[in-house]
Amino acid sequence: MQFFPFIVVGWILGIGLYGIVTSRHLIHQIVCLIVVQSSTYVLLLGVGYVTGAVAPYFYDVPVRTPAVDPVVQALALTDVVVEAAVTALLLSFAIQAHKRFGTLDPQELASLKG
Amino acid sequence: MTPTQRRWVFLAGVAGLVAFYLWGLLGLPGFGNYPGPYGFVINRVAVAQTNATGVVSAVNFDYRGFDTVGEEFILFAAAAGVATVLRRLRGERERPAVDEAADRNVPPTSGAVRMVALLFTGPLVVVGWWLASHAQANPSGGFQGGVILATTFILIYLSGEFLVFKRFSPVDLTDAVEAVGAAGFAAVGVSAVAMGLPYLQDFLPLGTVPGAVSSSGTIALISFFVGLEVAAAFTLIVGELLEQTLLIRQGDG
Repeated sequence: MQFFPFIVVGWILGIGLYGIVTSRHLIHQIVCLIVVQSSTYVLLLGVGYVTGAVAPYFYDVPVRTPAVDPVVQALALTDVVVEAAVTALLLSFAIQAHKRFGTLDPQELASLKG
Repeated sequence: MTPTQRRWVFLAGVAGLVAFYLWGLLGLPGFGNYPGPYGFVINRVAVAQTNATGVVSAVNFDYRGFDTVGEEFILFAAAAGVATVLRRLRGERERPAVDEAADRNVPPTSGAVRMVALLFTGPLVVVGWWLASHAQANPSGGFQGGVILATTFILIYLSGEFLVFKRFSPVDLTDAVEAVGAAGFAAVGVSAVAMGLPYLQDFLPLGTVPGAVSSSGTIALISFFVGLEVAAAFTLIVGELLEQTLLIRQGDG
């Protein structure tokens, strides 16, 4: 079970990529991108985990208590913010694409110029 | 490329990815065997150095503060981008949403939804500010608090009308608050430079009690500015998206 969390990471990444490749709808494709990005949260938190350790907060535990790596947790926070920003921007592009071309199917969009 | 061809190309790519991924996994230390030493070192020294008990916040707003400036400006740029992409285009006009099908009977927002949404707005403001102002103590901070503060405005929309939402969060105000939040963070860093310290070096008194609201100097201040910026950015983004469905129509007439 030592690698199980990392197998989960690979699975989330793969299933998200599959969704992006086979998607027939831009909004669905954006959601799949979110799924792909979610795999990085599991990866980051999995990398920094220490068996039997507490969260890196020393408010009510002594400073010497073994704790998990706080750096990857901070990176996961950055990751979430960037994902929200990217999603908002992509959704607004999808709105404008739909207005302009009347479709959200990437297949049909690819055949349109402009 | 047909969908079938694309799927084959994808499968070939995934086969390669899986092979390299599994190969890479074999070199990892295994789940729960974090080798360190960076995380251990920072856990050991962070409380003494910054007087913050929330080491994740200390990393975000102090050790990696420079990265977080960039992160905040990513959000700032995204909100500006959404506002630009979703502006009123040529050939579009703004018009309040009215039901075009006169024979349709749309039920008004139910009293239950309104009441629950209104009941939650007050507590959410408190929780949002509490999170944004306690980054130094516990798992919270400006990013989390800001998102919850933005939720308050979405509840106002749910409990009332879009116009009420707009009255509580006029674009000029959210723009200004967002700018203050982003500029405040950058200004904290520049102030340190003005004092002859490195950019974003903590220059405020660290307080005496670790994890108290008054502790950890600039971490609390930066978290406050980040809270402003995030709340304003998300309110702006949600407002722009709602405006697209509710106000902006095709045609000039």
